[in-house]
Parts: sequence; structure tokens; C-alpha cells
Amino acid sequence: MRARNYFVGAAFALLAGGMAHSAVAQDIKIGEINSYSLLPAFTEPYRKGWQLAVEEINAAGGINGKKLVVISKDDGGKPADAQTAANELVSSEGVAMLTGTFLSNIGLAVSDFANQKKVFFLAAEPLTDAVTWSKGNKYTFRLRPSNYMQAAMLVEAAAKLPAKRWATIAPNYEYGQSAVAVFKKLMSEKRPDIQWVDEQWPPQGKIDAGPVVQAVAAANPEAILNVTFGADLVKLVREGNTRGLFKGREVVSFLTGEPEYLDPLKDETPEGWIVTGYPWYSIKTPEHDAFLKAYQAKYNDYPRLGSIVGYQTIKSAAAILAKAGSTDPEKLIAAAEGLSMGSPFGEITFRKIDHQSTLGAYVGKTALKDGKGVMVDSSYKKGADYLPSDAEVEKLRPKD
Amino acid sequence: MAFYVVQFLTGLASAASLFLVASGLSIIFGVTRIVNFAHGAFYMIGAYIAFTLTERLSGAFGFWGSIVLAALAVALIGVLVEMVLLRRIYHAPELFQLLATFGLTLMVEDLVVLVWGPDDLVGRRAPGFKGAIDFFGQNIPSYDLFLIVLGPVVLGILWLLFQRTRWGVLVRAATQDRDMVAALGVNQKWLFTSVFAVGVFLAALGGALQIPRDAVHHAMDLRIIVEVFVVVVIGGLGSIVGAFVAAVLVSELNAFGILIFPKISIILVFLVMAVVLIVRPWGLFGKPEAAARKTPGLTVNPWRPLTSNERLASLAALVIAATLPLFAGNYALTVGSEIAIFVIFAVSLHFLMSVGGLASFGHAAYFGLGAYGIAFLAKMAGLPMIVCLLLGPLLGCMGAAVFGFFAVQLSGVYFAMLTLAFAQIVWSIAFQWVSVTGGDNGILGVWPEKWAASPSHFYWLALGVAALVTIVLRVMVFSPFGYALRATRDSLLRTEAIGINAKRIQWTAFVIAGTTAGIGGALFAYLKGSVFPDNLGISLSVDALVMVLLGGVETVSGAVIGAIVYKALNIWLVSQTDLSKLVLGGFIVLIVVVFPKGIVGMLEMLAQRRRKSSPPGSPLLAKPIESAE
Repeated sequence: MRARNYFVGAAFALLAGGMAHSAVAQDIKIGEINSYSLLPAFTEPYRKGWQLAVEEINAAGGINGKKLVVISKDDGGKPADAQTAANELVSSEGVAMLTGTFLSNIGLAVSDFANQKKVFFLAAEPLTDAVTWSKGNKYTFRLRPSNYMQAAMLVEAAAKLPAKRWATIAPNYEYGQSAVAVFKKLMSEKRPDIQWVDEQWPPQGKIDAGPVVQAVAAANPEAILNVTFGADLVKLVREGNTRGLFKGREVVSFLTGEPEYLDPLKDETPEGWIVTGYPWYSIKTPEHDAFLKAYQAKYNDYPRLGSIVGYQTIKSAAAILAKAGSTDPEKLIAAAEGLSMGSPFGEITFRKIDHQSTLGAYVGKTALKDGKGVMVDSSYKKGADYLPSDAEVEKLRPKD
Repeated sequence: MAFYVVQFLTGLASAASLFLVASGLSIIFGVTRIVNFAHGAFYMIGAYIAFTLTERLSGAFGFWGSIVLAALAVALIGVLVEMVLLRRIYHAPELFQLLATFGLTLMVEDLVVLVWGPDDLVGRRAPGFKGAIDFFGQNIPSYDLFLIVLGPVVLGILWLLFQRTRWGVLVRAATQDRDMVAALGVNQKWLFTSVFAVGVFLAALGGALQIPRDAVHHAMDLRIIVEVFVVVVIGGLGSIVGAFVAAVLVSELNAFGILIFPKISIILVFLVMAVVLIVRPWGLFGKPEAAARKTPGLTVNPWRPLTSNERLASLAALVIAATLPLFAGNYALTVGSEIAIFVIFAVSLHFLMSVGGLASFGHAAYFGLGAYGIAFLAKMAGLPMIVCLLLGPLLGCMGAAVFGFFAVQLSGVYFAMLTLAFAQIVWSIAFQWVSVTGGDNGILGVWPEKWAASPSHFYWLALGVAALVTIVLRVMVFSPFGYALRATRDSLLRTEAIGINAKRIQWTAFVIAGTTAGIGGALFAYLKGSVFPDNLGISLSVDALVMVLLGGVETVSGAVIGAIVYKALNIWLVSQTDLSKLVLGGFIVLIVVVFPKGIVGMLEMLAQRRRKSSPPGSPLLAKPIESAE
């Protein structure tokens, strides 16, 4: 029995140890949660991005004279663990707000936590429309362009294609399902003559690419919508190239132009896909130049889209905190609603109506250059231009 | 027509890569009885090393040489792991090796990111197999044809190895009856090491051969490991031909299944496994396991209820735990509640696994069903919390009643894998049935009512339920039902002979364990305020296994200690370090080596030794019966 007492005691000691950090009164703390161990390809550049932002903010005198501190936690890709982390950040670290998250279900779990505990939450990456619409709440804001916005940007380009027979390939989970659903809906509105001839739903991370490519080819589509990314995308592209799936077919693809997903393809990058992404090498604006220069000086590496998201998340958080002049969540909400600020992509605004930021994305075509995949003919699409009307948004979002 | 032929060939190519990895796992399990969770990790390291070598060495010889070299290098790592780690624990309780290999897997996942970086790596194409061959207007990649040929070739080589060499004879003999092989004077140490090396070589070769068509990344292991286990079990444990047939069956069903149901891939292998195991309890080519010859170590060290001193001490521990809200903050209390819930979950599995001898690999299904039960009752029916807490676990109970009925017809690893299949089926329903369960976005807003909302109140609720559940299950262990259940575990034959209906006893135990897990899940739903398919997932099932094994599977209280230690450590490490998997994995491996009977098991052994060395006191006290606490 002594053993049991000892271990119970040890467990409590562990817990008590966790509470020992006490806030330094002069600092403003932001809690940050992301899937660092599950998705390092995205989250490592993301971490570099927000670390750069913290450095810049503090070098410029902090937030209203107070030093900004970001406390970062790993959620391991599990919603339940993200909530444990959120709880630790709020209850024992005393952070002023929560930020971060990548996966949609984790974004929603933390958003629900924020709503319950009345904490301000700035979602960085989760793309599901539910975060700001069907499951939106007053404490939650989101930075990245949602599924709907990215679909609308792609549809604009896709609707101009002559193709009438379309097939879809998407990972079988919420992100893939809603991306396909929104794309189909918007596309069919613009082009009622389109037929959807096949859909493939490989499990996320477990695509058996050969059979999937064959099955799509058998339906003989004129164009293909792809939503897979990461390792699945690599397998799909490799099988598709060898089997000639993409020859003579238009392909529209979510996220494929992001360096995280485009660069691994190297000389196998398929050409002419219409994609959303981040062509850091061809963006020539003063805002982006400044960011690029600072990033490359600090890390001696080029930024990924994750770097932008991480950087702008903390910059936005700081702007909200500075305007509110307080860490009271109600004041933070009031400050954030309608707040405009600069970003490496130009000015963005957090909309009052649904708490979505108007950060946009680049749409362009993939091409091969010196054995590497790049985005060409790209142009920036402002987020504000690809959102439904206010009346529609009001219907989508529950009343606070 | 040409399309169907090509689709069939594509399926065969997928089958070939699956078979390579599965055959290795099958051989290792057949001889050493190790459930090698790290098999996927070896597969992944094979791919990573092959990537590095193929980038450095050029030309056709460079490429193929790199593939073989990578497999050999990983086999060497395998030998090292076997000699340093696994050799120490062959005599540990069944499944304990699972814990060691699980720890290794955790470590490897962090290590490959440290060594090779976080980005997905895309390797070279195989020289001479870059293009495709035209087959009546359909393209077949030439590398696929290479794999299609390679599969049967490897099968042939393995067959020759097993049928025509002395080593093969020994391996087959050990697969059938390893005690007899040992009794006949065969050096088991080297037999086991060599078998492990061959198995790991095959896994690494399978991984290395993926680089021309896959991306190399840090989650490759998890992607393949479960599927490979399923293939091995469908084929029949230890049967190479079975693994081959099962790989072809699964791959072809997938290749043609997606033409009709594009969403079938997510669940197909588990459906096939469930059907096969219900119809053929030992897989397609497997043979019934021989009755265990050894009586379990437990009979030497019988369980007994706590003495009154120990009861007082337990009560004191509980009282101390109950005073936590007096000095701890909200975060500590929430973590405390989570630990208490996992104690419930662990003791429920312990009841099935240690008391009933039925190790479930899918226990999270009943935990998750309990959680979903709460979500349905609270969100859809709008019932009050108390009613929800009483009724929610019934969903776990019902699930356990249905699945348990089929599962208890089997035993050993087949039982474990069937429970895994059921859990995955439940998981995929929760994942796919978006209109009811919300899919992977889950059900949100399941927060406790006011009276239980404050962290301290919820902590007391969780602690109280955990204590109650632990006590009730303990009482059951020492009730006539508990004795009957332990009898079915120790000797099914004798149990049946004295007129106990063993299957009914086991089924009842399954339902009790499932309901208890459901209680844990119900509390978990309220603690987190939301329910996700994760709550039914494989990783949660593995967590439960790890907790029971860590505490000591042969003890009565191991699960409680295991849950507290594992959960507290896990939460703390994740919060403190970026390399939590590396540290946690290392810690588990260390515990495995230092405490080969689990934490509580080891403490008991120490206490036993001390008592033996001390001079005999009164004959009553010196009784050799040992404390189970």
C-alpha cells in the first residue's frame, strides 16, 4: 500500500509543479496550441513565423509597453489533448487569449472551450466553415481564408474552363467532404451544364493511389478536382503521372501551391494545375518584401505558408491586444471586431459579422522550373471578395 | 475489360508491398509470440535510410544496392533491439513485449523528424522502372509489374527457407510448440534473434521499396502497422501463405470496392477481418492454438483481498486525493479529473484482461460509446445530467453485449484483433455518419450542469465514481463470479469440466467491462464538453493497454497505478517538452527493462523477497501467500 500512496503523492507533486509558474505582472501572455508533433511539415515553419513576430513586436516596444510572451503547447493532433492544453494555458498560465490550431476538429474543440470558459480565441489555420458559421461563437475569430473562400477563388478560375465532365478526389474527412461540397455547389451555380462523373474518397493519409487513379481514369472526366495534400498528394501525383491520368485533363487543386506541399514533388510536379498557394518567390510588394527579408535573415531559409500564418496570427493578436488596452475578453472582442491591420499579403480586416479575417490567398498555375515545382501566373485574391453576402452569413451563423 | 485487368494488377501490386511487411510480422509472431508494435517503425526507418542512400549513390547498382543495404542496416538495428531489450522480457507476462515495442515506436517517430527533418521526402524512381506499359489503352506502371513479380518470389524464397533448411525446420517447430523445441536442446536465444532479424529485414525492405512511389514521412509507421496486423490475422498467425492470400484479398477488395463505394477504403480491412474471424476463428490458414501448457504465474502467487491495514491505507490515499481542491488550482483539478476517468477506463480493461485473460485491443469502443451516449442524450434529448450519466453508459453496455457475444467465441490474439475490428467499425460509423454524429467535427457543447461545472465539484464527482467503480470491480474479483472468471482464464478445459458455462461467464465479464468503460467515457464527455470519433480510436485503446501493462497485468491494483503514472506523465511531458514522444517512449522502455512485471508487479516481488529473507515470525504471518497489492 505504501506504493499506492507514493504514486498518488508523486502524481500530485507533478500537478503542483505544473502550477508553480506564476505570471510576471509586466508581461502579456498569449497561449498557442498546435499539432507540432503530428504535422511538423506545416508547424515547424509556422513556429518560426510566430517567433519572428514576437521578436519584432518586443523589439518595437511590446504591447503598450508590456512585453509579449507566447506560451506554446502541442496537441498531438487530438481534440481532447488540445482542451487539456487550453485549460492549462488559461487556468494555470493565465494567458490573455488562445491562438493557433491546425485541424478543423481541434479548432472547433478549442472554440467550444473558449465559448464555455469565456476566453478570446484566434483560430489560425483550421479551414472548416463551421468555425465561423454553423458553430461560430462570439469568442472565436479566424485568420485563414476558409474552405468556402478558397473554393470560391478556385471556382472563379475553374468555371472558365471548357471541361464539362468533372471528377473529384478528396480525403475522406470533414475537410475533404466540405471542400468538395462547396466547390460542387458554387461550380454548378455558375455552370449548370457540368456533370459530376466520379468521386473518390481515400482515407486521409492512407491513399492506395494506384486503384484510385485507375478508377478516376475509367470515368473519363475532362477535369479533376483534387483536395488531397501532403503524402497522399505525392502518391497521387506519382501514380497519376505514370498512368497518364493528368494528360489532356484540367486539374483544379486545393492548397497544392503551398510550398509545404509543392516542394516535395520536385521534378514530378505536374504542370498547369490551377491551385491555391503561396508563391513567395514572385510576390513583389513592400509588405511582403519586408517580411521575406526579416524571415530569411533570421532563419536562413525561405518561408512556407505556415510561416505567414504563424507570423500574422501573433501580429493580429498583438494588434487586438494593443487596441483593447486590456486583457478582458469582452474588450478584446470589441477591439477585434472590424479591426484592420497590415499583413505580408496587404491589409486585412476581422469582420464584425462572422469574425472571419479577410486574409486572401494566391491562385495560380503549377509549373516546373529547374527541376522544382513553382506557381506561375499567380494573383492575389482578396478574401473579402469571396465571401457570401451578409444576409446569407446571418442565416448561417447562430445568434450569440 | 482491359480496365478490370489493370485494376486487378494494380491491386496485386498493392498486395505485394503489404505482403512483404506482413510476412515479417507473421514470422516474428509465430516464433517469439511478440506482438511487434514496432514493425511499422522498422518499415519507416527502412524507407528513410533507403532515401538517404539512394540520394548519395547513383546508377542502377546504386539504387538497388541502396534498397538492400537499407534493409540490412535496419535488420542490424533489429538484432540490437532484440538482444538488448526484448531478450530481457521474453518471460514477462504475455503482451508485455507489446509495451516495449510501443515505447520504441514512440521514440522512432520523434527521432526520424530530428534526423531527417519535418518535410515529406520524395525519393528517386527505380532505374529501368520509371515509365508505364500500355495495355490496350490502359497504363500499368512498370514498377507495379516489378512488385507483382517480387511478391511471389519472396514468398517462394521464404517457402524454400522454411521447408528446405534446418533453420526453417526449427522455425516451424518453434511456431508449433516452442517449449518442446527448447526442451530438445535448441538454442532459443539465437533462433529468436535470427527470426527477429529476418522479420525486420522484410519490413525494412517493404519500406525501402516504397520510395519510388510514396513520400517518406514520420507517420508512415502508423499508416501501415494496423493494416499489416489485420492481414496477418486474416491469413492466420504464423502462416506465410496465409499472409500472402490475405494481402491479395484485402488489396483486390479495396481496388474493386472503391469502384462501387468510394468511401469503403476507410473500413474495408476491418470488415473483412471481422467476417473472416467470425467464420474461421483462426484466420484463413491458421491452426487452433495449442492449449497452454504452462499454468500462469498467478497460481504461484494467488490474489487475495486487501488486509484491513491495506484497506485503511487505501482509504487514507482516497481521502488525501479528495483534499486536492483545498490547495490545487483549476488546472490541476481538471488534470486530476482526467486521471480519475482514466483510472476507471484502465480498471475496466484490467477486469477483462487480467481477471478474464481476454486482452482487448479495441476497448476504447465502449469508452467512446459511453461518451456518444451522453452526447445524444444531452444534446438531442436534452435530459438532465444525472439522468444522462446513468443512461449514457448503457450505449457502451449494449455495444459490449453485441460485440462481446462474437468476441468471446475466440481467444488470445484472435480475440484481441476481433475486438479491434469491432472498435474500428464503430469508429468509422461515428466518423462517416455525419448527420447524426457530426463526423470528425464531433458533437460540441456537452458541458456539465451548474452543480458539477466547477473544477473542484467535477473532480470530486470523477474521483468518487472512480473509487466506487474500482471497489465494485474489486469486490467482483473476489466474488464467486470472479473466481469463475479467473477459472476460465487459467484453464478453460477444467472450468467446463466442473460445469461452469465459460462462454457465458466471459460474455458477462465483457459486458461488465464495456459498461464500466462507458461510465468513464460518459464522464470524459462532460469533462471535455465535446465528443469526437477519437474517443473510440485505436490510440485510446492502446493507451488503455499500456496503462494496464505498465501497472502490472498480473496484479489486482496494477491498472490503478498504471493509469495514474501513465496519464500524469503523459500530460506533464506533452506540456513540458517538444519531444514528448521521445521521452515518454524512452521512459516506457526503461520501465519495461527495470520492472519486467510492471510497476506494481515489481513492488510485490520486492516485498516478497524481503519477507523471505527476514527470519520467520509467527507461522500465521509467514504464510507464503503474497499480497496482491
